[in-house]
Amino acid sequence: MADSTLPIGSAIDLTPPGEVYGTWREQLHSWVVTVDHKKLGIMYIAYAVFFLAVGGAEAILLRIQLAVPHNNFLSPEVFNRIFTMHGTTMVFLMGMPLIIGFANYLVPLMIGARDMAFPRLNAFSFWMTALGGLLMYYSFIGGVGLQGAGSAPDITWWAYAPLSERAFSRGHSTDYWALSLIASGFGTIGAAVNIIATTICMRCKGMTLMRMPLLAWLYLVVSGMILVTISPLTAAQIMLTVDRYLGGHFFDSQAGGMPVMWAHFFWIFGHPEVYVLVLPAFAIANEVIPVFSRKAIFGYPAMVAASVGIGFISLSVWAHHMFTVGMTSAQNAFFVLSTELVGVPTGIKIFNWIATMWGGKIRFATAMLFCVAFVIQFLFAGLTGIMLSIAPWNWQLHNSYFVIAHFHYVLVGAIVFCFFGGFYYWFPKMTGKLLDERLGKWHFWLFLIGFHVCFDTMHIPGLLGMPRSIYTYEPGRGWDSWNMIVSIGGFIQGIAVIIFVYNMVYSLFKGQDAGPDPWDAWTLEWATSSPPPEYNFASEPVVASRRPLWDLKHPEDPDSRYEE
Amino acid sequence: MSATTIPLAHGREDWKLPYHGTVGMVSLIVAESAIFAIFVIAYLYYIGKSLNPPYPRQVLELPIFNTVCLLSSSFTIWLAERALKKGAMAVFNLWLALTIILGGIFLVGTGIEWQKLIYHDGLTVSTNLFGTTFYSLVGLHASHVVVGLTMLLVVLIFGITGKLKTEHARQVETLSLYWHFVDGVWVVVFTVVYIVGR
Repeated sequence: MADSTLPIGSAIDLTPPGEVYGTWREQLHSWVVTVDHKKLGIMYIAYAVFFLAVGGAEAILLRIQLAVPHNNFLSPEVFNRIFTMHGTTMVFLMGMPLIIGFANYLVPLMIGARDMAFPRLNAFSFWMTALGGLLMYYSFIGGVGLQGAGSAPDITWWAYAPLSERAFSRGHSTDYWALSLIASGFGTIGAAVNIIATTICMRCKGMTLMRMPLLAWLYLVVSGMILVTISPLTAAQIMLTVDRYLGGHFFDSQAGGMPVMWAHFFWIFGHPEVYVLVLPAFAIANEVIPVFSRKAIFGYPAMVAASVGIGFISLSVWAHHMFTVGMTSAQNAFFVLSTELVGVPTGIKIFNWIATMWGGKIRFATAMLFCVAFVIQFLFAGLTGIMLSIAPWNWQLHNSYFVIAHFHYVLVGAIVFCFFGGFYYWFPKMTGKLLDERLGKWHFWLFLIGFHVCFDTMHIPGLLGMPRSIYTYEPGRGWDSWNMIVSIGGFIQGIAVIIFVYNMVYSLFKGQDAGPDPWDAWTLEWATSSPPPEYNFASEPVVASRRPLWDLKHPEDPDSRYEE
Repeated sequence: MSATTIPLAHGREDWKLPYHGTVGMVSLIVAESAIFAIFVIAYLYYIGKSLNPPYPRQVLELPIFNTVCLLSSSFTIWLAERALKKGAMAVFNLWLALTIILGGIFLVGTGIEWQKLIYHDGLTVSTNLFGTTFYSLVGLHASHVVVGLTMLLVVLIFGITGKLKTEHARQVETLSLYWHFVDGVWVVVFTVVYIVGR
């Protein structure tokens, strides 16, 4: 396939990757000491997939407990720990490493660079993140501490004060939680600094900002957001640690402190964090949808502007998590309106994705299927988001299963779907092997059915008044059968993820060879062999448009003729 | 067919992108500013909310001498940079050493202030809200001074042993950005703690 679709062989490095040699110990050593962005990216992604399995197993435990009323599968204490760990794991140990892993692998390749701007900072960031995960799960062993109380943290993932203070959370579980998030936060900030410096300073010749692939653009925006959102979380965790270890009073109401201040600081981080996670999902859709629609992305400048717009607006919406805390009407009105404003740039994006597919010659490979499902599901998730942004509606439904259903619709229906699509799209680049399409279709359809069985129905017990974070409920409130259906949906998704993991292992050993450019794509990562050599490109690429490989493949009608 | 059939980008001969050290340091400074902003907001919000003495007005004195030392170190590091670009290594070492001494005086001054507060006035982190917020904010800044001084000291050692050359001016410039940031934050901390909060 390679030669027929790549007319200019000389411009593209098709050197086969070097043989892997050395004993397994030498190879392991090479991974531990590596500063190569591709190896670190794969390590981030593998770390994230591991914690996806752990967090997913925790979700299954929660759903077994909630499947029927008056269940005794988990004790209340264990239930609290498991849902705290599920939330924390999925956001900090799965979500963040996953987005950073894809950025690490793809951004330098897409902008024609040989590595990130700071390779050693990159390795440092990864190992800090790894330390964070280790600290978090070590709490199961070490959380008992000297006072002999507590195991894993059981303070929910938003850890409202004063529950997280020394008086109400004995033992060391909360300390592990705070230290883990400080450690992985340093890793995340390091990665963001690195991505910004890479996209601004390492672009190959001719790649102006307005020719940069949208994935790189969105990661630039995300990294800017990380700088101003993860830092407040780090600051708040330092305050919590000062309170717990040095007897400080930041969130101690008995000494005049304000527990609500924690809520503000947490959500100043917490809400932009959702956009930090979802923009990379948009980034994947921006790359996959055009390639499988055989059209250039519709409205490139509008997409860039919308992403930057989301970045700014998302910093001013945090208190929509706090309508029930009690704010003045002016504050309520501000946060209602700013939240609804986010709908404008995201709407622009949805229109652009549809316009890209419109009239295109769509190929429904598994990667594309996931991205199409994403567009529809993200629209639904956005609509329940608009509903929840209306303060009176929020007063009614805050902390109910309606909220849980809404944000899982975003996190799973949008982010996880896009990243599954990203796996099917870039796995061939990372390993040189195509993921099996037949297993991929099973994975997609089972996951889609499981997702809708689980999260569509989850809205209803919420509307019927079922609160979040309860370990069991009484029969006869009208929640019983809905909960059973939700749990069944959870199981179906679990089976789909097992198929996905099996597919990755199977394809790695038995998969079809991918060649450098299996999808006939247009960005620079496909201009080098799969997997790419350590130096990425034998000669530094020079680009003249947003789709450099289109120009190479179609010299008679290059994009550069129409841009500018 | 060959690559030459592709239209060339305009002006790609002088394809020049910013220095990644500067961009990285500016990004780090943005992140650090966000951390300081949260601590400053907490400090401002808790002014006058302590339930028991000592209160700021009773125990805090304006650290004028300290402030003058720290702020003038921004000027001396700029002089050091200028000397490095000219290749005057002895002058560079002198100005850099003076920068470190000025920063050191600031740290010692903070230490003396804290000793008085702890042993004479009985103010610790756990005494009241003022203690909690004061030691956190001033301590956060002091820890940045320590990090900055450590890095400046490493550069000075390279300078004295002759390892540092004019071509390293960009790296030193990046470090001096951080030092200017540490000084700039002190202006904010000084205003908030010693003027607004007293």
